[in-house]
Amino acid sequence: MPRRGAPPEVNAGSMADIAFLLLIFFLVTTTIETDAGLDRMLPPMEPPDDQEVIIRQKNIFTVNINKNGQLLVEEELTDLKDLREKAIAFLDNGAAPQGSPEYCEYCKGARDPESSDNPEKAIISLKNDRETKYATYITVQNELVGAYNDLRNREAQRLYGRDFTEMEAQWLNPETPSSIRDDLKDKVKRIQDLFPQKLSEAETSTSN
Amino acid sequence: MAKFNKKKSGELPAVSTASLPDIVFMLLFFFMTVTTMKDSTLLVENTLPNASEVKKLEKKDRVLYIYVGKPTREYQKVFGSEPKIQLNDKFASVSEVGDYILQERAKKPQELQNVLTTALKVDKEANMGLISDIKLELRKVNALKINYTTYEGDAFRNLQK
Repeated sequence: MPRRGAPPEVNAGSMADIAFLLLIFFLVTTTIETDAGLDRMLPPMEPPDDQEVIIRQKNIFTVNINKNGQLLVEEELTDLKDLREKAIAFLDNGAAPQGSPEYCEYCKGARDPESSDNPEKAIISLKNDRETKYATYITVQNELVGAYNDLRNREAQRLYGRDFTEMEAQWLNPETPSSIRDDLKDKVKRIQDLFPQKLSEAETSTSN
Repeated sequence: MAKFNKKKSGELPAVSTASLPDIVFMLLFFFMTVTTMKDSTLLVENTLPNASEVKKLEKKDRVLYIYVGKPTREYQKVFGSEPKIQLNDKFASVSEVGDYILQERAKKPQELQNVLTTALKVDKEANMGLISDIKLELRKVNALKINYTTYEGDAFRNLQK
């Protein structure tokens, strides 16, 4: 009679293995999602010193966004797609004459005397309307940051043979060993100094 | 003598592994429950814009969040459909942003208080007027480091509806 007696006991020894497998699967796959975004610094409420800094008009690159999302770049109606190119041309211009202390030897721009003297002096001024869509604003910000990143990448490639954005990401990553980070810090700082981000945001204008 | 010999030859009793799965399951459940991120429930619509030049927001303990967007459908009857600010779990007006930042900053350990970042999670349909007001409030309380939180992607997709 096959049914006689207690049913054979199921071997539960491999249960632990199955559970471990699950455990390891969840340990590996649950990534704590990190947010990403565009880092910006706001200007302090009061300038550190009261003395007026005189900035020449040619060193300012004005970007105006109206409420319909149209761009006025340097008094010229511009498509968003051309913004990055124009910003790069402006930042990389290096109009200061050779021999002067402001001469920019790494600039590859047109050296147009009507545009910025050197990247250190070049300021991008962004102005937007109160009714501008946030999405448009972010796109413009993204393009301007992209212009800086493109130039910084170029210099990083020239000096260190790798991209600036990648170096910066590795530097900011807390998992990178500190010995590498210290080394990267100097390099990142140096590239940042070549093209310092000077993005000024004026108070928003009300329409009409 | 015979007695002792018999004892020595007897094998060690096997440790019962029957409870091992329970222990492991306990660990499993622990990790499964703990790794869900604690996030405040959203009261506003929050479709972030895309950007390609993003930087990761490392170290969550140094980040304060401000959400902006249209109230979700169930709140629209009460709060209207104009974009609103959400701080922690409730709606707030622009004037409360400064106090919120100061409060949250005071909660953080001393050494982190100067390195805090304010993450602005703003719906892409919001208008810049509100954002400018928030930025002004942030400047008043000297919370200058901000991050426009975005999705990673092509920024030009923002312009299409």
